[in-house]
Amino acid sequence: MKKLSARRRHPLAALVVLLFALAVTGGLYAAFAPADKAQADDTAQSLAIKEGKKLFAVGCASCHGTGGQGTSDGPSLVGVGAAAVDFQVGTGRMPAQQPGAQVPRKRNIYSNAQIDQLAAYVASLGPGPSVPDKSQYSAAGADVAKGGELFRTNCAQCHNFTGKGGALTNGKYAPTLEGVDPKHIYEAMQTGPQNMPSFGDGTLSPQNKKDIVAYLGAVNGDKTASPGGMELGGLGPVTEGLFGYIFGLGACVAVAIWVAARTTKAKKS
Amino acid sequence: MSNETTATTERRGQAPRGERIADWADGRLGIYSLAKANMRKIFPDHWSFMLGEVALYSFIIIILTGVYLTLFFHPSMAEVTYHGSYVPMHGIKMTQAFESTLNISFDVRGGLLIRQIHHWAALVFLAAMMVHMMRVFFTGAFRKPREVNWLFGFLLFVLGMFTGFTGYSLPDDLLSGTGVRFIEGVILAMPLVGSYLQMFIFGGEFPGHDIIPRFFTVHVLLLPGIMLGLLVAHLILVFYHKHTQFPGAGKTNNNVVGMPLLPVYMAKAGGFFFLVFGVISVIAAVASINPVWAIGPYRPDQVSTGAQPDWYMGFAEGLVRVMPGWEWNFWGHTINFGVLIPILVFPLVLVAIAVYPFIESWVRGDKREHHILDRPRNVPTRTGFGVAWLVAYFVMLIGGGNDLWATHFHLSINSITWFVRIAFFVGPVLAFIATKRICLGLQRRDKDKVLHGRESGIIKRLPHGEFIEVHEPLNQEQLHVLTQHEQPEPLELGPEVDENGVRRKFKRSQKLRAKLSKGYYGEDNVIPKPTVEEYKEITSGHGHH
Repeated sequence: MKKLSARRRHPLAALVVLLFALAVTGGLYAAFAPADKAQADDTAQSLAIKEGKKLFAVGCASCHGTGGQGTSDGPSLVGVGAAAVDFQVGTGRMPAQQPGAQVPRKRNIYSNAQIDQLAAYVASLGPGPSVPDKSQYSAAGADVAKGGELFRTNCAQCHNFTGKGGALTNGKYAPTLEGVDPKHIYEAMQTGPQNMPSFGDGTLSPQNKKDIVAYLGAVNGDKTASPGGMELGGLGPVTEGLFGYIFGLGACVAVAIWVAARTTKAKKS
Repeated sequence: MSNETTATTERRGQAPRGERIADWADGRLGIYSLAKANMRKIFPDHWSFMLGEVALYSFIIIILTGVYLTLFFHPSMAEVTYHGSYVPMHGIKMTQAFESTLNISFDVRGGLLIRQIHHWAALVFLAAMMVHMMRVFFTGAFRKPREVNWLFGFLLFVLGMFTGFTGYSLPDDLLSGTGVRFIEGVILAMPLVGSYLQMFIFGGEFPGHDIIPRFFTVHVLLLPGIMLGLLVAHLILVFYHKHTQFPGAGKTNNNVVGMPLLPVYMAKAGGFFFLVFGVISVIAAVASINPVWAIGPYRPDQVSTGAQPDWYMGFAEGLVRVMPGWEWNFWGHTINFGVLIPILVFPLVLVAIAVYPFIESWVRGDKREHHILDRPRNVPTRTGFGVAWLVAYFVMLIGGGNDLWATHFHLSINSITWFVRIAFFVGPVLAFIATKRICLGLQRRDKDKVLHGRESGIIKRLPHGEFIEVHEPLNQEQLHVLTQHEQPEPLELGPEVDENGVRRKFKRSQKLRAKLSKGYYGEDNVIPKPTVEEYKEITSGHGHH
């Protein structure tokens, strides 16, 4: 430090300080300032958007328009957010196979990276809900009972008591929630896909959503025990009646035939 | 014989214990004469005669398991917070009725199994009654002298429906609560009295605090009490009338061919009871029914899709689901046809099948007793009516489950609803016509079999090159079965003018009766069975056919 202090009156000292200040200011500016178009080209985000745009042009643009602005065949994607893309493409619903009453869930053909790229592109069109992270939909810290109550109040009308699905008008339906990724359930609530209303954070708080996801995991998950035996689809009295007729009465009739066939026959004397 | 009497008098010491007990009981209850009259009661053997037994035994199972359930069930609508062993329900507010049902399911030893036996047995009970009723219907076992017993059975079925309804409403879960809400709507839809009746039955606004305790009384006391009485009367009449039998060798209208009650039927029926109990227990052990823990407690602000009643109420559900929501509003009053018409049709559907025996006996003018069963094909009009009724019933069931038909067959629920609306009227007519044609076809086949024998499948080549199929003649018993039925002439009104040339007056009911009678026995509605002459002529022809 002594050296530095000794040279502080050097004729070039002012120049050095100026250069240093400029470098710091410029560096800080470069680090913190919003990236402009020319510079952003090199960041991972913009690369994703670029790649996403290419994927979009191939898989989505025919219905949603080349800029995601929507056509007569598909709605505008401006402002739907990354969560909507992650849900629609992640569950295989999009790209749609054919128009119809409802686009069904099917095998997803995109890799996770590709879905992220598509999501990044669509998110760049306008602000919307982003993909939730794991802490938001994991069962940790969730109240299952509360989730059940919320589910019965908000979801059961269409999805049945435990999320087995149900019919809507004109061939539309609320799909079963069995085997659906918790992330996708969360996203569906956020974005309201197809005929579903969206439950924004003002309607169902993030904690409420978490509770609902946890409830479904508890009553409709892979490890859910059915204390009463076979669930018979969990669809209620119609399947129970059918089962009762076929196996209940059916077995009784089979037994009756057996009993009636086994009689001591009168012997011919 | 004389030496036997001496043997008994000479016997030293006491009679065997069993005999002494029987003597004691006979002196007080008169069991010897009862036993003499009834032990040798004969019952014919056929599996379809045991459908009623299935109903009887499942009813007994329901009573036994129901008694166990009442020990733990609290029919109260007081609100409590759940703290039992089913974790996903912790801290949820519910009625005591629902809480105690959860406790029965998770905390009472054997509670869930007994609950499931009770519920499955109820479904089987109603199903067995219905199929039993159809057996009686299609074989004409409701004819004199059994019309009253038919009505008893019908009442048992209807009361069973309501006992079942009140029963599955008791747990106060979201599914059954929706059903109670439905009933409230039905009551409110009744013109004039609806709102008063609703207040009276629910003790105030829905849901109130009274409906579950009231349903409990109705479910465990009132309806089962009446049913038990009817059941005993039903069985006494079966005993008194003796059982019907299918036509066959040695079976006449004046005898019953079969096995005696003791020991054969006592053993068979006793064993069959345990078999039915076993079947229902196995089903209850492997298949879940009404999982109230998954359904959740009832709250009037919640509802789920797929809210259907148990199957026996499904046709009522169907009627309401497919009825267009018409209503009239005038002077501040509403008549809701969307619900009112279905609740008027509901009893009509049931009454249609209940009164049929009386209509048939009036049309036929038949006052004789019948103990030999009809083969359904020989009474095409009745069989057609029965199938038409079943088709209407099934169409209504489709309406009741229209959402599940939609999701599972990838159909539009609206199309299903329209299908049901049309098929409810068209389906029975088509079914009637088709069934009648099938019956007549089968009659032709019977006639053919009697005259030409059974097709043996053996092809023979005659010396001149012709190929014929060898027909085996039927044996005497088969011939009897195919030809024993009566083919009455249709009712004739007689000449239009009397002997003095004056026009005779016919009541409208007489004309209707003649028309219906023609529908039963007119030329196009019956295939004349082979006459003796025809049979002789053909059989004497040395088997050319």
